[in-house]
Amino acid sequence: MDNQFSQWEVFIQKKNGAAHEHAGSVHAADKNMALQNARDVYTRRNEGRSIWVVPTDSIVASTIEDEVVFFDPANDKIYRNPNFYKMPKGTTNL
Amino acid sequence: MQKNESSISFLEKQFQEKINNDIKIEPKDWMPEAYRNNLIRQMSQHAHSEIIGMQPEGNWVLRAPTLRAKKILLAKIQDEAGHGLYLYSATETLGIDRKEMIEQLQQGKAKYSSIFNYPTLNWADIGAVGWLVDGAAIVNQTMLARGSYGPYSRAMLRICKEEGFHQRQGYEIMAKMMAGNASQKEMAQDSLNRWWEPSLMMFGPHDSESTHSEQSMKWKIKVESNDNLRQRFINKTVDQAHHIGLTIPDKNLTYNKETRNWEISPINWEEFWNVVKGNGPCNRQRIAHHTKYHNEGQWVREAALVFAKKEMEIQ
Repeated sequence: MDNQFSQWEVFIQKKNGAAHEHAGSVHAADKNMALQNARDVYTRRNEGRSIWVVPTDSIVASTIEDEVVFFDPANDKIYRNPNFYKMPKGTTNL
Repeated sequence: MQKNESSISFLEKQFQEKINNDIKIEPKDWMPEAYRNNLIRQMSQHAHSEIIGMQPEGNWVLRAPTLRAKKILLAKIQDEAGHGLYLYSATETLGIDRKEMIEQLQQGKAKYSSIFNYPTLNWADIGAVGWLVDGAAIVNQTMLARGSYGPYSRAMLRICKEEGFHQRQGYEIMAKMMAGNASQKEMAQDSLNRWWEPSLMMFGPHDSESTHSEQSMKWKIKVESNDNLRQRFINKTVDQAHHIGLTIPDKNLTYNKETRNWEISPINWEEFWNVVKGNGPCNRQRIAHHTKYHNEGQWVREAALVFAKKEMEIQ
């Protein structure tokens, strides 16, 4: 019987100290195969220095249809940005 | 046994070379136990400081002078909660459980920044806290963002970006009061008088007295000394105070033209250690408050788990 294995999401750290970023996904039978497949599929040109793989089932995502409602709480809070505040003329280091 | 020891010393040597070459350490990398423990101590204290730091500000939410001020204060406190959560998560990558960290805080085994053991007595204190306490935190955290542990350094970058608003809203409050009537000016000056020295103490003891400093510098958990950071903060802050007509409460404050540093009187370290040991004006109150509301939230956590279980059953 055919088996295409389960799906894993691939996150790649491009540079020393950077956060791991999503690159795509692979299929694999277990975690080691997932890592090796991710390496062979996504870093053939040394695009990364470290890889995370996560079972796709474990990803929970918001949907773009809900974008407006979901992110609404941040819309009317411009005072969370530093430039909202007027500093007295000539203030330094702020 | 011998073999094991030599392989550990090999790993330690390799680890130090990575640090020396500015290669960040990530959670799954090998690290000495002492590095791990040192980071757990410092990062959990940092997380606790963000969380306990909400209390002195929360004191003024219902007494903020305008709706604008109230919204800003709420947004700032919300940020502090967020910062606490970034830091707890980053600390958990080192293998400690969040439950354990909270127990350490409540049992007094883990410290938090002593500055939050001082009370906020008037509205100008909200200005002073934003300007001075967040200002000092920015100087410290900009340095920590260059540290060797990846998750901590990334959390610091995110936090520093968000702190900019905290300091500016604080300075705006101070500037407004200094442009006001005589009693408003007096209130702002009184606030600076009380918060100035505690904010200098935020950088910790002098380098010569700091127990963790040497090893932390070797491992690049910190990359600049307490005294350097403190001086940088003083230089920025003195000019900002003068700019809006505030007087730094230090008769010996002098500008050294050669070093371009503002020089200050000796700091009252006796008070610092006294507050660290638990005898500041609000130490007991802060922990009692945290514990009370933590316990009162227990039923909410239980209800959430029961709800999640039911949802699973329906599926």
